[in-house]
This record gives sequence, C-alpha cells and structure tokens, in this order.
Amino acid sequence: MRRSPRDLPLAAVMLIPSAVVFAVWAFYPLVRTVQLGFYRQDPFGAHRTWVGFDQYREALSLSAFRHSLWVTVVYVSLTVPASLLLGLGLAVLAHQQLRGIRVFRTIFSSTVATSVAVASLLWLVLLHPSLGIYNQFRRSVGMAPVDFLNNPATALRAVALTTVWQNLGLVFIVMIAGLQSIPDELHEAARLDGHGAWSRFRRITVPMLSPTIAFALVVLVINAFQSFGQIDLLTPNGGPLKSTNVLVYQLYSTVYKTRDPGLASAQAVVLFAIIFVLSMAQVVFLDRRVHYAQRPAGDER
Amino acid sequence: MAQVHLDHLGKRFGDVIAVDDVTLHVADGEFVVLLGPSGCGKSTVLRMIAGLEEPTTGTVTIGDEIVNGLDAKERDVAMVFQNYALYPNMSVRKNIAFPLGPRGIPRAEQQRLVDQTAESLGLGALLDRKPAQLSGGQRQRVALARAIVREPRVFLMDEPLSNLDAKLRSQTRVELVALQHRLRTTFVYVTHDQVEAMTMADRIAIFDAGRLQQVGSPSEVYARPANLFVARFVGSPPMNTLPASAHGFGGDHAEHTLGVRPEHLHIDGFAGGRKNIDGFAGGRNNSDDVTTRRVDTPALPAFVRFCESLGHEKHVTCRVGGADVDGLDVDGIDVGRADVGGVDVIVRLPGDAAAPSAADAVSLRFASEDAHWFDAQGVRIDDGARVVGGNA
Repeated sequence: MRRSPRDLPLAAVMLIPSAVVFAVWAFYPLVRTVQLGFYRQDPFGAHRTWVGFDQYREALSLSAFRHSLWVTVVYVSLTVPASLLLGLGLAVLAHQQLRGIRVFRTIFSSTVATSVAVASLLWLVLLHPSLGIYNQFRRSVGMAPVDFLNNPATALRAVALTTVWQNLGLVFIVMIAGLQSIPDELHEAARLDGHGAWSRFRRITVPMLSPTIAFALVVLVINAFQSFGQIDLLTPNGGPLKSTNVLVYQLYSTVYKTRDPGLASAQAVVLFAIIFVLSMAQVVFLDRRVHYAQRPAGDER
Repeated sequence: MAQVHLDHLGKRFGDVIAVDDVTLHVADGEFVVLLGPSGCGKSTVLRMIAGLEEPTTGTVTIGDEIVNGLDAKERDVAMVFQNYALYPNMSVRKNIAFPLGPRGIPRAEQQRLVDQTAESLGLGALLDRKPAQLSGGQRQRVALARAIVREPRVFLMDEPLSNLDAKLRSQTRVELVALQHRLRTTFVYVTHDQVEAMTMADRIAIFDAGRLQQVGSPSEVYARPANLFVARFVGSPPMNTLPASAHGFGGDHAEHTLGVRPEHLHIDGFAGGRKNIDGFAGGRNNSDDVTTRRVDTPALPAFVRFCESLGHEKHVTCRVGGADVDGLDVDGIDVGRADVGGVDVIVRLPGDAAAPSAADAVSLRFASEDAHWFDAQGVRIDDGARVVGGNA
C-alpha cells in the first residue's frame, strides 16, 4: 500500500486512542520508575534526594539481588523448555482426527483459564506433606513424606512444576492453532514422497511451526521473569533459605518489607532491561531460523 | 510403470456416499482422465489410489498387488496436488530431492537426479529459490519435477492446471501430454475441465454423484454420450437438450429428451452446421460427412435471443417453443412443450458467417443422424436418429 503524506493527519487521529492508553498505562509508569530510581526516598515515598546512578549500582551489587537473579535464571530454565516441549507434545497428540478428541483439547487448554491463586491452592494441597497424593503414596509404601515446599533443595522445583502445569494451557492453545494452520496437503505430499511420521514431524511440522514456537518461547521467557503469584502463595517470604526468591519477589520485598521504594525502582528498571535485551536477542536470533509464510510474488491481497 | 485396477470401489464419509461402486481399469502407460463436476467423487477415487483415503468397499490394485491397507509411502505413486503442496520452508532443490531421501539414494546421485529433472523442466536457474518466490507456472513445474524425479509406477494428478491462467494452462496441457509420451508411465488425472479431458486423455472416465457414468475415448464420449449427464457435461458449448416426444418411438409421446450438438444445428438461410451449406463445407477438414449427410428434419420455428462472437466461431442462442410456438409438433417430433415455456438452444456458426440478429424468427434444422435420444431416466437410446428419420 502506498502511503501519502495527506494520510498523516487521519493516521494520527486513528492512533490517538491507543496512544492515550499506552501513555497512561505503560509509558508514564515506565518513565516514572526510571526517574524514581535516581532518588533515594524514605519508607513513605517522601523526602526525595537525588542520588544519580548510585541506586542502580547498589541494586546490581546487592548480594540479595544477585542471588534472586540466579534463582530467576534457574527458574526460567526449569519452566520454559518443559512448558514448550510438553505443550507441543500435547498439541501434537490432540491434533489427531479421533472421536472425542475435542474433550481432550478442552481439558488440555483448561489451565489457561485457571487463576494463579486457584492453581497455587490446588498444588499446595497436592504437594502437602500429609494431604498430598504423592506423599500418601510414599507413606503407603513405607517411605518418609517429603515437604517439597519447605525444603530448600526442592522448593524451586516444586514451584516450577506448578508453573509448567499452568503454562501448558497457553502453550497448548498456541501450538494447536499453529498445527491447524499447516495445510494437510503438505503432510499428504510428504507421505507420498515416502516419509514416515517422525520424518514428517521433523521436516514439515517443526519448520512450519517455527514462528509459533518462537512466539511461545518469547512469551514464556517474559512470563517466567515476571512470575510472582505462585512464588508468594506457595513459598511465602522467598521460600526456605530464599531458595525461591525470584527477581519480582525481591522487588516486592524491597518495597513492602525493606520499605525502600527508590531501590526497588532501580531493581525494576534492571529487570525491565534484562527482559528487553533478552526478548530482542531472541527475536533477532530466531528470525534467522524461523520460516515465515511468504505471499507469492505478485499476490497482493 | 503399472496398471491400476479399481474393483467395485466405494467410499462413505458418515452418511455421505462419496464414491459408489466404481470399477475401472487403467492400462499400463495409459492416460486416463477422471472428469466430473466438483463433489462428484473423482478426487476421492484418486486419493484412494494414492493411499490417502481407505476404501469403504472394493479394492485398489496397482501392478499386480492389491494395495488396500498399504500406506501411501509404500505404494510408489506420485501425486501432483491442485495447490502443488510444495514445502514452503525448503528450496526448490530440496523440494525436488525430498522423495529421494527415504529411498536410500546416495547424496551425489540425488544431486544428479535433481539437476537432470530440473533441467528437463526448465527449472535449472530456480533451484535455490523458495516456493514463495516462484510464479504459479514455476511452482507447478516444481511439483511436477518432485513427482517425476523418482520415477514412480503411477502418476496421480489432482486438477494440477486449475490455478494457472488460461494461456499457461493450454501450454502446460501440451507439455504434460508430451511428458507422458516420453515417460510412458500410467497417468490418472482428475479435472472438472472437459477441455483438459478431451485434449489430453487416452480415455475419459466421467463421474457424477459418486458414480461412474461412462468410460471411453474422447471421441466416443463426445459422439455417443451414454446418458444426459455426459451429453450435457462434455462439449463446449454443451449439447442442446430439449424435452421432446417422438411418435412411434417407445410408444407415442413418450417423455424423451432430444439432444443435438450446437455444430449440428443449422439455421435456414445462414451458413450454419456443416450440412450442404455453400461456402462452408470446404472450410473444415474434419467434416468427412459434410457432403454425405443431409439436413433432413423439418424446420423448428425459433427466435434468436442473442449472438456471441468468439472470433473463430459464433454462438447463436435461439428459443425453441414457448409462448409463441406452443406445443410445437413437427412431423413426428414434438418439441418444446408448453409446460417448459420454451428451451434455449445454441447454434454454432463459423466465425466469418453472417448471423441472424436478436429477435429474428428463424427455422432450425439438423440431420436426423445427428440426433441423440435419451429416455425418461436420461439413458441413451440407440438408433434414435434412425427412428426420427423414418418419421420425417
């Protein structure tokens, strides 16, 4: 489509609603947070003193912050690949043309409609040392129960498990939509060309699904970096020995427990920068490996 | 190379019968076109040969082997899809080489086969492009290359030309026929385009509503359509059909249908048809009967509705019967009964012939030998022409 300068005023008018929404809910808080990071404040947000980059330096050198960054990285690597692979696997299974498959599709996608609070409560019971089904099984065979959420060695993995469970619905929906957009003829042609199911999955499904996988990956990484609800509900206070003290929980503690809004703002900006750089890196990196469907030359619809 | 034999083949999708008791033999090296309107079951038949659908009843034999239950990849057949089904993530080279990998052909040999096939189809310069960067015609040739590179026993084609423009389509038709002559492989080709069927096929199998209507050479199905459906489907413009009764033919005033091809109709006073018309008879070299056949039927009154010129020929649409010529009964043929309010027929005239104008009253004639008769069920009645001639 050709753009003419005469269209600019109209384009500007059309952009106003979303520009207003973005300005109020995204740009202003962002700018304000960056600004607050430059001021030292008392616990009530008053008595501001300009300290420049001091607070940013402090945030980065704080051992609690560094520890929470490490916990977050472990948490991301525990949740993202597992969510992606399991979600893709379920989607491939549910993509078969079988009687009653819709029931499974509904079940598999249902976790997307479950709130963090409900999911956490559910897993709190499942993982409970005396009520949980796994520990009941352990006891029935004469083994000692495990208190997953209060053990520093298992707490993060237990929280990661609940996160993977909750991610499955979203990944499943995205993946099954991606699978359905792959034309059946491609699989039929590949069958006639002599390729079996695994070869077709590797050479047709995965490349054709690559934009979907890339999208899911970026979203999952961002979500994982921003996780808070399940951490707070399952392992209050950052878990045993701070073993589940992820970045957002560290932020939260800085604001509401340490009562240092200035430092928390600086930490928030660092978190934003990490997520931003990671997302950009993923987009650039994946763009070269992803096959995007292109319209044929001359097909201008 | 292999023969294909379909024996009482049937396919149901739930309550819908897509293919109903089809028996068809395709000889080794033969080019058979499955022709019919959309939804007639022809593509389902093709997919059952390919192994993409399992028959509900009957058997598919390829070569000497019944292939029911054998997966598509075991059947050694190649298929060209309507939208080509090229792998969009692979280059043209990889697309063409894709069927070679599973056959355990060494890399170097794959390379040689791909180059050779691409060269033979004029794709040599496009090997590193992706399908999205190709034109429709080029994509079609890549699909063809992918099919021929592995020398399958049978080629299956599902409307491979329908996404091409008219000019490219007629050019590709010729190329496909040449290709089939070169490869001498069995071709089963599905189309709804009767021009493709007439020009390419050794034999045409015509389908309607899941049933095989007629199998024969293009000239056979054109000259002796087995039923009304075939008569109306084959030929462009199609055969004119009129509700008609013939005295002394299956009982007086039996509800029959008379069919006359547009080129067999003649307008009195105008150079039409090919019968005894001065200045036209010499113009066509396929009309061996020009001087031997006689326009012997009585004149049917009609009026001209409109005349279309295609350059090399003219199509004159005339209304027979209707209010003006109610219950027309002309010497044994009772045409255009009042209850149908008249019937439009098309007369094909040579392009340089003078043509009547709209609303002109004209008389139509034809040779009784050129008349086709169909009974109330639409089935061809043989010797119909002779009977009409005898009454005239």
